[in-house]
Amino acid sequence: MKSPLFRRLLLAFAAPVAAFVFAFVLSSIVLILSGYNPIDAYGEMITNALKLESMIDMLNETTPLYISGVAAAIGFRMNLFNIGVEGQYQLAAFAAAVIGAKVVLPDGLHMLFVMGVAMVVGGLYSGLAGLLKVTRGVNEVISTIMLNSVATLGIIAGLFKIFLEKKSGGAVGGGTTPLAETAWIPDLNGFVELFTREITKGRKLTGMLVVAVIVGVLYHLFINRSRLGFDVRATGMNPLAAKVGGVPSKQMVLLAMVLSGVVAGLVGMPDLLSRTHAYDQGFTKLRGFAGIAVALLGRNHPGGMVGAALLFAFLNTSSGILQITGTASSEIVTIMQGIILLAAVVAYQMVGQVKQREEVKLASEATVGATA
Amino acid sequence: MPTAIELIGITKRFPGVIANDNINFSVEEGEIHAICGENGAGKSTLMKILYGMQPADEGVMKVNGVEVNFSSPTDAIAAGIGMVHQHFMLADQFTVIENVILGSEPTKHGVLDFDTAKAHLANVGESYGLTIDPDDFVTELEVGERQRVEIIKVLYRGANILILDEPTAVLVPQEVEALFDNLRELKAAGSTIIFIDHKLQEVLEISDRITVIRRGKTITTVNAADVTAGDLAELMVGEELPSPETTESTVTDTVALEVKNITVLDEFHRPVVDDVSFSIHKGEVLGVAGIEGNGQGELVDAIVGMEKPESGSVWLSGKDVSSHSVRERRDEGFGYVPKDRHEEGLLLTAPLWENAALGHQTKAPYSKGMWIDRKGSRDRTDEIRERFDVRSPNADVSAHALSGGNQQKLIIGRELICDPKVMILAHPTRGIDVGAQAAVWNEIRTARAAGQASMLISADLDELIGLSDRIVVMFHGRLVAELDPSEVTPRLLGSYMTGAALQGGDELQGGDEMDGSDESAGEHTASAMSETAEGAQ
Repeated sequence: MKSPLFRRLLLAFAAPVAAFVFAFVLSSIVLILSGYNPIDAYGEMITNALKLESMIDMLNETTPLYISGVAAAIGFRMNLFNIGVEGQYQLAAFAAAVIGAKVVLPDGLHMLFVMGVAMVVGGLYSGLAGLLKVTRGVNEVISTIMLNSVATLGIIAGLFKIFLEKKSGGAVGGGTTPLAETAWIPDLNGFVELFTREITKGRKLTGMLVVAVIVGVLYHLFINRSRLGFDVRATGMNPLAAKVGGVPSKQMVLLAMVLSGVVAGLVGMPDLLSRTHAYDQGFTKLRGFAGIAVALLGRNHPGGMVGAALLFAFLNTSSGILQITGTASSEIVTIMQGIILLAAVVAYQMVGQVKQREEVKLASEATVGATA
Repeated sequence: MPTAIELIGITKRFPGVIANDNINFSVEEGEIHAICGENGAGKSTLMKILYGMQPADEGVMKVNGVEVNFSSPTDAIAAGIGMVHQHFMLADQFTVIENVILGSEPTKHGVLDFDTAKAHLANVGESYGLTIDPDDFVTELEVGERQRVEIIKVLYRGANILILDEPTAVLVPQEVEALFDNLRELKAAGSTIIFIDHKLQEVLEISDRITVIRRGKTITTVNAADVTAGDLAELMVGEELPSPETTESTVTDTVALEVKNITVLDEFHRPVVDDVSFSIHKGEVLGVAGIEGNGQGELVDAIVGMEKPESGSVWLSGKDVSSHSVRERRDEGFGYVPKDRHEEGLLLTAPLWENAALGHQTKAPYSKGMWIDRKGSRDRTDEIRERFDVRSPNADVSAHALSGGNQQKLIIGRELICDPKVMILAHPTRGIDVGAQAAVWNEIRTARAAGQASMLISADLDELIGLSDRIVVMFHGRLVAELDPSEVTPRLLGSYMTGAALQGGDELQGGDEMDGSDESAGEHTASAMSETAEGAQ
């Protein structure tokens, strides 16, 4: 007989697995139609992913994706659609880069200071959307989308020129003044090499991975274990019932938006603290939107989003190798991400219905049992 | 008489339950046939099968002697069966005629043909004795009139067998009588009516024959003339029907809740609650009667702190809590059972223990400091499930899986187990079965005996009369009468609720300062009582 635990696990994993299989089949069809051999392409992706250096790349990509996913998930748990992670993290990274370069602080403390600035800026900027919703009833989707543009096309574009690095001789650099080494986050290469061989090709595993883990644990504790998190979830599930239950809904909206922004502020940190050390024109974009996808695929679950972020990172890092080896067009990766997401949403819905029916059955059995 | 509908061995199973178990009965042409049973007895399922919304698993259904197999309501309509739903399916912003033709619009050269429609409507109205102005907007109609539109809508489509699903649930006594007159006209015009209800007096009054269903089985079919309400009740529940009656008074001298001059304005700055004051003593149940929409909801919101009133104050055990938030009021000793358990009471997708914690998450055993105490919450939930007989497999099942009665017992349990000083009960037994209703009544009585002050808002007049120590009537935002439940009848209450008792004379002055010893209130009761007595002669 199937044990209840087995059934629970089966139901929990049925949806993502079904979505993955569906995406796999559909992507293969797309590959065949575009004249590529899917087996070759997948083989190339997997061989590549098994190399140590590629794994480092993948983890470096996973880190900001996961943090971005958590930022989006905090909003989702409260039925707030924070589309603004994109603008929040860019603005936060820009401010942190500018302010961080102007201060002198001891090693480590400087790094924490830069992260702090990013979190405060992200939180304040997101809080603005929360404030607009609470005081003026502005839908957060609209306000955060507009605030994204205000941040990237307005504030950053406007101030970027002013804060460009001034090199000796009057020339300017392509980005803000680089952060002093005291603000760099140490890499984790030494730790990884304890278990494997030496990491080559100049790859460095970002120390922000540790921060991402802490963010995940804190997110879990907050949303699933704390009273405040309960209030947030209750409001997300049924705002009116939460209000009847004494939850101050306006404060919850503000809180969720600010917290979401605080976490969003960290999304740009892996780049800033361990790679570019400055906000430059090529600063990685679109991670805010990718975070929404991660949250959706991972069902806002602290563990589920790890898997989602890893999967997306795997696909992202594979796109390069497909192009280099010519086994497939690199855009196939974007198509696959889209299909997976779509399939996952459908599969979750279906599994959810199965779960509901099971519960109703269980409950009615209990009723009948009690009557008899 | 020929048979209009015949059901033979209809069985319908859902996972884990048999909703209809070998249902057998027949409805004769031109009769009013009531289907009677408590909530959850399988009436709704049966009705859905009759109307083609769900197929039966087993059994045969015959309409006018011909075996039918409905796969959708369209088939049922084609066979001449029409249904009037309990919840109206009308577009408020449309006129009567637009609603009537919605879905089967007559057209002339591709344009809506209102003339033909109106002529047809007038025809239908005339032959069945139903009158309504086709150009009225539905939003402007009274509840009773809206229901008439629903009936006309069905007749317009040529139905001669009507199914009415608890049609009186939304009506006040006077409107019920109007409905019954309409139904008798329909019957006289040759229609067959299937009437689903669980209010025994009504069933006895209107129907020719009654089929009783209990736990999915047809118990019997009886002639309405041959049975009493007591007989029917016994058939329905299989035992003596519980009554909401309260024993001796437990009212004390200590005021628990005092509401002073509360005024609430609507968006147009008109008062929806107009200078309402009252007090409730420890051990007392104050019943608030009134047709929905007369300010009861807004008054409750102001008392529990959901909305800030324009003016007035709320005092709990002598302490002014007017500026307190909902949570602070709850912490001070307010318990609140909201009127709609799905909309305001539950987190349907959350487990029972989280639902039990809702509203009390600031206190032990639900939380410890800033953390939710999951074990404490689960244990407390098990305690609620045990004490309040919430039938459920465990504390981790989602709230949506429970039946309405069990959901309601959970909500009432989570409030009562915290032993509130003042309990606000908005429609505590709406839409739950007789068994659960009796359990809820019991709990209210027990809490009252233990010294709790309760405010009971209900549309069930028997419940109000049976449980309350005093009844106030709310009409157009004001308290217009205070009545003694031991002397009042549902009929008299109904006349106050519709304002009928207020017409002709001066408006009652009792609303401003009312307590148990208000003499004028006694007079109103007396005068209104004699009025009905005259009316009955």
